[in-house]
Amino acid sequence: MELAIQARGLRKRYGSTEVLAGLDLAVPTGSIFALLGPNGAGKTTTIGILTTLVRADAGEATVVGADVRTAPGEVQRRIALTGQSAAVDGELTAIENLVMLGRLSGLDRRQARAKAAGLLARFELEGAAKRRVSTFSGGMRRRLDLSLSLVVDVPVLFLDEPTTGLDTRSRQELWAIIRSLADAGTTVFLTTQYLEEADRLADRIAVLDHGVIAAEGTAAELKARVGGEFVELRDADGDLLREIPTDGSVHALRGAIDELDRSELGAVPGARIGIRRPSLDDVFLAITAGGTPGRTAASAARSGELLETK
Amino acid sequence: MTTTTTTTTPPARTATAAAPPRALRPRIRGTVAERVFVTRSLLQELRDPEALLMAVVLPVMLMLMFTFIFGQAIDPSGGYVDYVVPGIILLCAGFGASSTAVSVSRDMTTGIIERFRTMPLRSGAVLTGHVIVSVIRNLLATAVVIGVALLVGFRPSATALDWLAMFGVVALYILAITYLFAAIGLAASSPEAANGYGFILLFLPYVSSAFVPVETMPDWLRPIAEHQPITPVIETIRSFLVGTPLGSSGWIALAWCLGIVLVAAVWGAWLFRRKAGRR
Repeated sequence: MELAIQARGLRKRYGSTEVLAGLDLAVPTGSIFALLGPNGAGKTTTIGILTTLVRADAGEATVVGADVRTAPGEVQRRIALTGQSAAVDGELTAIENLVMLGRLSGLDRRQARAKAAGLLARFELEGAAKRRVSTFSGGMRRRLDLSLSLVVDVPVLFLDEPTTGLDTRSRQELWAIIRSLADAGTTVFLTTQYLEEADRLADRIAVLDHGVIAAEGTAAELKARVGGEFVELRDADGDLLREIPTDGSVHALRGAIDELDRSELGAVPGARIGIRRPSLDDVFLAITAGGTPGRTAASAARSGELLETK
Repeated sequence: MTTTTTTTTPPARTATAAAPPRALRPRIRGTVAERVFVTRSLLQELRDPEALLMAVVLPVMLMLMFTFIFGQAIDPSGGYVDYVVPGIILLCAGFGASSTAVSVSRDMTTGIIERFRTMPLRSGAVLTGHVIVSVIRNLLATAVVIGVALLVGFRPSATALDWLAMFGVVALYILAITYLFAAIGLAASSPEAANGYGFILLFLPYVSSAFVPVETMPDWLRPIAEHQPITPVIETIRSFLVGTPLGSSGWIALAWCLGIVLVAAVWGAWLFRRKAGRR
């Protein structure tokens, strides 16, 4: 498998805080890779190192073959970054922003204008082309931000929490755009704290916790880590009384239901049984909880599909 | 959202789908980046007509205040205007340049700088844009101040060549102080802090020969006033405008200005690479 991004043993310390404690990454070319983690897990620092903004204390990383430490200029020719704070110039209009970026990316004036017009159309910003960006809504800013990263078709696109703070509609619009970019062959490396985003968008997901990759795989693989279906018992108000993880087999499900039936909880008036699939939330909580919460650890062991934990 | 692009790849896709050959971001040549950033700063400047107006009106007000309020007290015959104009020019240049610190600092707090820093651009090109536009604006303000000064009785003895030399010195001084303010804008933690630091520098002209001769100052203050960079610059301008003896002031002023430009440019480029990544 051809890799667009490779990192080994990345470490970064700010004062007494160890933000990255030996991070390893392997991102296949043309894939959407999501780095998932809670606030402060080191997501932005990771993006910073890979985009040459931050220098790692130790470890090495390459982006499409260029080393971030020894050839930052070459890395910069291969990437575009849409950061957490919208990387647009609020004083300029949308079209001025795009032409500026085009010129800075080596296009001449005519090419830059043509490219700007194309991107404005593609991102449905034509009507706002001559408006100052400071008057834009959050969703429009983010679309412009992303379009600025596309004035040149670079191989790797970094998106730092691309949909944070957006409403549902804008978020789904951005997802569609990001997916179409990957369809066209761009490698997309994004960070997110939204499980749904990683689930819906990413080909591979890495869970970042305390500066290391705690788990990595496809959404399905990660879910398998937690196990099969959960059998849950809720009272008449819908409050959860008990939850039993299973491997999803008929035998295990029947066993879990029998167990609930036998317990005094089963006798609670109006109590109802439900079966649900594990969500990425279950995975996330299991991995990032720090300790090993009983049910998830047990179910992970039972599933027999433990992913390697570094 | 529906995109208007046509993708030839089918929606079904695997992670290992072969990527088509991708273009690398071309390296840009010559001074394209600097020119683009000058255009950017110029557009920003023109979008803020109030600030632009203040940049011209405030110096003129300072000029009128010194001439008519302090001037009458210092020299009732009305000759103070001839003495004070060089000082006002520098005071206004400092005032105009200090806004550069704020705009640079504001730039640093937005995400656009991170984008620039992840592109193969000369570090400092963004600063150059701010500095050049600020120099242009300050030279305009200087011209207006001199125009108003002439209207209220300023009678320079300068020849055409003197005027040219004077503008050269002023331009160099503005360049130096603007570069310094740009670096301060990078070093400051916020636009507000940048504004505060700027204020300190704006006091320098008061402790110089700008408004009163150094000889009238207390003994302990005099050496400071004589040897700080503003005094030789003022004496040089004064010499060109009203024919006071130049002495060694010209060379000292030149050395100070070039020194400040050099230090600020190096410091600024270093700060830009090292420290601009904060949010």
